[in-house]
Amino acid sequence: MASAFEYAPAPESRSVVDIAPSYGLFIDGEFADAADGKAFKTVSPATEEVLSEVARAGEADVDRAVRAARKAFGKWSALPGSERAKYLFRIARIIQERSRELAVLETLDNGKPIRETRDADLPLVAAHFFYYAGWADKLEHAGFGADPRPLGVAGQVIPWNFPLLMLAWKIAPALATGNTVVLKPAETTPLSALFFADICRQAGLPKGVVNILPGYGDTGAALVAHPDVDKVAFTGSTAVGKQIARTVAGTRKKLTLELGGKGANIVFDDAPIDQAVEGVVNGIFFNQGQVCCAGSRLLVQESVQDELLDSLKRRLSTLRLGDPLDKNTDIGAINSAEQLSRITSLVEQGEAEGAERWSPACELPESGYWFAPTLFTGVTQAHTVARDEIFGPVLSVLTFRTPDEAVAKANNTPYGLSAGIWTEKGSRILAVANKLRAGVVWSNTFNKFDPTSPFGGYKESGFGREGGRHGLEAYLDV
Amino acid sequence: MSTTAPPAHALSDVTASDSTLRRFLHGLPGVDAVGLEARAASLGTRSIKTTAKAYAIDLAISMVDLTTLEGADTPGKVRALGAKAVRPDPTDRTTPATAAVCVYPDMVATAKEAVAGSGVKVASVATAFPAGRAPLAVKLADVREAVAAGADEIDMVIDRGAFLAGNYRKVYDEIVAVKEACGASARLKVIFETGELSTYDNIRRASWLGMLAGADFIKTSTGKVAVNATPANTLLMLEAVRDFRAQTGVQVGVKPAGGIRTSKDAVKFLVLVNETAGEDWLDNHWFRFGASSLLNDLLMQRQKLATGRYSGPDYVTVD
Amino acid sequence: MSEKSEKVEKVEKAEKPEKAGKPEKAERLSVFKTYKLYVGGKFPRSESGRVYEVTDSKDDWLANAPLASRKDARDAVVAARKAFGAWSGATAYNRGQILYRVAEMLEGRRDQYVREVADAEGLSKSRAAAQVDAAIDRWVWYAGWTDKIAQVVGGSNPVAGPYFNLSSPEPTGVVAVLAPQESSFLGLVSVVAPVIATGNTAVVVASERSPLPALSLGEVLATSDLPGGVVNVLSGRTAEIAAPLAAHQDVNAIDLAGADEALAKELEIAAADNLKRVLRPQPVDDWSATPGTDRMTAFLETKTVWHPTGSLGASGSAY
Repeated sequence: MASAFEYAPAPESRSVVDIAPSYGLFIDGEFADAADGKAFKTVSPATEEVLSEVARAGEADVDRAVRAARKAFGKWSALPGSERAKYLFRIARIIQERSRELAVLETLDNGKPIRETRDADLPLVAAHFFYYAGWADKLEHAGFGADPRPLGVAGQVIPWNFPLLMLAWKIAPALATGNTVVLKPAETTPLSALFFADICRQAGLPKGVVNILPGYGDTGAALVAHPDVDKVAFTGSTAVGKQIARTVAGTRKKLTLELGGKGANIVFDDAPIDQAVEGVVNGIFFNQGQVCCAGSRLLVQESVQDELLDSLKRRLSTLRLGDPLDKNTDIGAINSAEQLSRITSLVEQGEAEGAERWSPACELPESGYWFAPTLFTGVTQAHTVARDEIFGPVLSVLTFRTPDEAVAKANNTPYGLSAGIWTEKGSRILAVANKLRAGVVWSNTFNKFDPTSPFGGYKESGFGREGGRHGLEAYLDV
Repeated sequence: MSTTAPPAHALSDVTASDSTLRRFLHGLPGVDAVGLEARAASLGTRSIKTTAKAYAIDLAISMVDLTTLEGADTPGKVRALGAKAVRPDPTDRTTPATAAVCVYPDMVATAKEAVAGSGVKVASVATAFPAGRAPLAVKLADVREAVAAGADEIDMVIDRGAFLAGNYRKVYDEIVAVKEACGASARLKVIFETGELSTYDNIRRASWLGMLAGADFIKTSTGKVAVNATPANTLLMLEAVRDFRAQTGVQVGVKPAGGIRTSKDAVKFLVLVNETAGEDWLDNHWFRFGASSLLNDLLMQRQKLATGRYSGPDYVTVD
Repeated sequence: MSEKSEKVEKVEKAEKPEKAGKPEKAERLSVFKTYKLYVGGKFPRSESGRVYEVTDSKDDWLANAPLASRKDARDAVVAARKAFGAWSGATAYNRGQILYRVAEMLEGRRDQYVREVADAEGLSKSRAAAQVDAAIDRWVWYAGWTDKIAQVVGGSNPVAGPYFNLSSPEPTGVVAVLAPQESSFLGLVSVVAPVIATGNTAVVVASERSPLPALSLGEVLATSDLPGGVVNVLSGRTAEIAAPLAAHQDVNAIDLAGADEALAKELEIAAADNLKRVLRPQPVDDWSATPGTDRMTAFLETKTVWHPTGSLGASGSAY
């Protein structure tokens, strides 16, 4: 943005975090190399700088980790809930204490702006542990029977878009209910999970209760398939989710899946327009659009289309893209070269299919993985950019004439994770929300998360809920 | 009803009657309070450092309407204020002057003398400030006296009672009449007393009402009630002037007043201006701070930037 | 024999030297604590200026505690009412953080409370320690409830019509709490924490015979980010303080845990005047047993909100 008021660089200090040149797997309370000695590099997507080298877990390591978790399960599940609670409260507090360090780490490894890791990811991570800590000694009040029991060993596979937050969503309810876990972070963002291992150590968590296995898809597949895993929880793509569903078929393993989405943000003509614009921007450009519940489809009532698009374009021109560690950056880097190429190819397809592409004037850094905020107008239900999850900063704009049409279009997708409704009329909000086939419906806001609030999808966006009282069920033998 | 012709612009038809005016104001998009405040808070996290901070502090100083509005005001106090406005930091002549001094009408002549030849404007509150509870004739006389004494700017208060009772046309007519009393020489700032209007929807309606009636500036508050300028209500008014210019081509200024005491706060308001209305408003012709203690904090921050050490209240003048 | 009364004897010995001796290395004289009330975040003495002697289980003097009057009770209610808006309006998460902070601060002063509880209740060190540990864990238990109680006792109601219908618990307001007479600390915490966890504010009358752990608790609450006035602690004659609280028109509820049968009946009659929510004394064998939710739900109101959802399924959509 050219302006007389140029914000000078305001980088958050990197010195608050000390990244070791290499990390092992965290099994049974100890860091160890992979049995086969394999390792991989993790890079900063904003600069392509190598941050560290991380052990890559193979099948033998998965087996060792699951055994450690099994061994720890007996004592851990037998602890009084009030004692388990206090471990989790300790973890929550240590996360709060170390939140700036973890925010910088997450920004380095993931590429998302420090503003987001500092103001969204880390506070939510701590709050999630705090919330589930409180459940550990109250399970008999949760509505799952007088003495609900844990399942055993949970195998958990998490994505790269909110590395530590997804870890919290997985580990906090699992431990609160008395399970032990083996967790595989994504291959592009393993570091915060390894720092979390250190937090478990500081909290005095018994060995084997939490095991962290960095690795690629094969590690995750081995974990999911391990015969001594009682529970599988996965967040990631719908394609992999379906594969996992096939893997666990016919076993005793309880399964929850939190998968992709193609969320519709529906803006009616009586919407609070300035706030709607903010919500639409937040809905698709938060975390560079790499959010499963992103509002990647804007459904705007035709009568206010021009006004809304003008405002939206003006607002996009003020977004600040660049160094994710700069406190004034709104849009950071795309997480990986692979993801960038997927976004690029889908956007090219959108253009080829005749949708109109627009981006604000926006200079991209020379190194690293970047994609300018992008709008597609003139999009119909038939366009690929209206159907496929892009998982990037790309918004497809469609129009509707009546509420019925809005609902029909919003629901016309195999996904069903999120939706947004913008109108000043309360009854319209509730009626439309009733008809939407989506697990989370935000009205006059978007991308809001809270540990007390269940999250999860309909249809091919997965099943099971994370968060809230409902989130306990996935980890209880009920 | 006023016989004054309303200002000519693209929206002049909406003020044709009480009912058209009401329909227009009630047809403005609603404001979601949570979303508005979240946006203001989010802009408040911008980190303004080094060169940007130096720019912002000087800009903020140049935007201050240095204000004294006390029953105990004396010519001596007003002269001191004028001297401070002209040369805020006697130890550093590169410090910009403030935009204006703001006083009661009976102090305009004194203020005018105190700032003579400096380019600092004299603003006067009028229209039975701060309550505005006086007959129109009295209010207009108040304005004419101030203008006759040399006021460059008039800060009027709207009739909040009439506004809250839904008598928009009465409020409109009063503003039009005051604008006329200002003549060609004085710019008119219209104070809504946002703390009394209470809802954001009301603040948006008042903003459009004021602009339709010919306000040169829209201003949040008198500084005399519990809630004065806030980032959220100022953001909302900045959206209004932005949208008004887009529709009519007419640019209107914004003045948050009351409660802005620190440089940090002032810089946050400038960020709101920058990212909402845009750089066209980053000028003291279009944006002001109604404040008194703010100036010294800005000066101390300016000294800190120049010397590298924190300043203290003994190193700025107390007037 | 308590540590403190040993010290008292040493004082007496030291004050009667047979003749002026040369300075020798005497054992250090300890500093006594003046126990005060805790009202509105401050530590006043009783406005009456009265104190009463508090003794241990062997009738040895421990301290002089304030003998609070009806005016102290009145002041405490004012403080609790003033604190109610912000405390009940704080997020449940925030309240949970603060209650957990109380546990953290108590853990750091564990030895002090073990000593005070041992003195107050005539317990061995280890049995007193068990009481204190349970009290600390009780804060942790209720810290976890702040953001869960609504999920357990509230919820949506499937009414037969096109309406959204949601019931949520809300705190009832200012709660007078007569702390248990016997369990001076664990019992106290067990009745205070559930009242404030849900957003009520409390006026607590400490155990008449053993008020010192309660008065010391005020010191921890004051340093745990708990806003002043959320908990107010009074010491003195339970019957004397309870009477004006039970009759007070600005008190919404009363927990009679510390009242005997006759007093409880009398107070319940007085409480009927403005239909206070009354929690009658319950027989408690073991305060360390895991509590249920009753002590929270006793002081919660249920609010049910209806809102039309628009017609569902009709072809001409009504939304």
